[in-house]
Amino acid sequence: MTRFVRQECGFCHGLRLTGGLGAPLTAEAMRDRPIEYLEAVIQHGIPGTAMPGWVPHLTPRQVHWIAERLREGFPP
Amino acid sequence: MMKRLIVTTLFWCALPASAAEPDGMGPLRGTGDLGLAVERASGSVVLLDTTLRRAIGRIDGLGDLSHASAVFSRDARYAYVFGRDGGLTKLDLLTGRVVKRIVQSGNAIGGAISQDGRTIAVANYTPGGVRVFDSQTLELIADIPTDSKVVGIEDAPGNRFVFSLWDKGEIWIADLSENPRAPRITRYTDIGQQPYDALVSPDGRWYIAGLYGENGLAVLDLWAPEKGVRRVLPDYGRGQERLPVYKMPHLETWAVVGNLAFIPGVGQHEVVIVDLDRWTQVGAIAVAGQPVFVMAEPTGRRLWVNFAFPHYDTVQVIDVPGRQIVHTLKPGKAVLHMEFTPRGEQVWLSVRDADRVDIYDTATFRKLGELPAASPSGIFFSARAHRIGL
Ligand code: HEC
Repeated sequence: MTRFVRQECGFCHGLRLTGGLGAPLTAEAMRDRPIEYLEAVIQHGIPGTAMPGWVPHLTPRQVHWIAERLREGFPP
Repeated sequence: MMKRLIVTTLFWCALPASAAEPDGMGPLRGTGDLGLAVERASGSVVLLDTTLRRAIGRIDGLGDLSHASAVFSRDARYAYVFGRDGGLTKLDLLTGRVVKRIVQSGNAIGGAISQDGRTIAVANYTPGGVRVFDSQTLELIADIPTDSKVVGIEDAPGNRFVFSLWDKGEIWIADLSENPRAPRITRYTDIGQQPYDALVSPDGRWYIAGLYGENGLAVLDLWAPEKGVRRVLPDYGRGQERLPVYKMPHLETWAVVGNLAFIPGVGQHEVVIVDLDRWTQVGAIAVAGQPVFVMAEPTGRRLWVNFAFPHYDTVQVIDVPGRQIVHTLKPGKAVLHMEFTPRGEQVWLSVRDADRVDIYDTATFRKLGELPAASPSGIFFSARAHRIGL
């Protein structure tokens, strides 16, 4: 799962998640984002932006796990 | 660890570090059959010999290489690698060494080399803009702030660089022909929402930007730039349903065959065929997933297509005259890039999760070999040195 996030999300957010076409997903940037917000963004994307929804490919548990990790700084 | 040892060993036997130095320590050789594969997770590149079909070295310490790309000096000896973290590294393909490395911004997306080979331009996200460097020394010679993420930077005839502004929907031309230290800028505004990548056609005439925020393409005729940017193909894009796009398609290597261009559908499982004389869509070919690269063999006879998540284990080959799929390969998870040898007899594929570069015969589709490479992404051969817009 760590690899999935680094690789697939990394296309747009950078392998180190420091940002690219997508915003930085560093602990600094994510810390104050509510967990529900992060889960919603990952599941449904952000309409009008390039952020896609991942619903068909990630289970709610996986989404929750990613959201929590993002807030505390994604593991390498 | 094992892999590293093997590659290092190969490096020492196939290419002594001083191979090309004129001090007689090694055999002389050319660079026209060399290239490199980016190892995106480890910040390194593997040097490749396409005649021996071997890795001949590895260079470490190049920083964050997600979405890294490379261009080549006009003598095809040096590669310039653009890293995500703003790193710009000049490598010597002959000695297998870093000549110089600078970190020129916080976050970059790619670069280009000028027609005369004297300057390198890098497109930056943060701070948004373009920086121009002397290709010999990597000394900064011009800084062009744009207040926007810059995408789709391409070289164009007349020592011009052309690029697009993601946040502002603009195309800029930086003309370095009079004074590279003071580029003349031409701005085109309102070219469309969120241009995300662009290409220059192989003849150097058209600069074409794909739009993420709306349908259509923005086209600039570089032979008549005073005519401004035109919008074409109003139906090309994500369409009404706005399907999620998991990886932006790449336009830089648009396949142009005769007067037809074959381009990846955005969010659609199709390759779109465009008539370049009339700028209209004349067909579409259904494929296995959302195409990322649609690349024509140098002969133009066939197209090789790879795909975004979740179909990224597949590559399909399309016959151009018949406009149909003639072969489907499953090299493994995450085929990220493809590169043809200069005359097209082989194609080299990076298979990320298998930690491999695979080599295929383009005539028979037979696998000719594979090389270990850690999480490989872009593959770049030195023949790019002599092509416009790469
Ligand atoms: C195709 C490109 C792309 C991919 C792939 C992608 N994102 Fe994004 N993401 C974006 C963009 C663009 C934005 C910023 C949208 C905006 O303009 O606000 C974004 C925004 C976000 C945000 C909100 C950031 C904030 O500051 O509130 C989160 C969280 C996020 N992405 C997580 C992910 C995760 C997790 C993945 C992988 C499962 C992923 N993204 C994959 C493009 C992408």
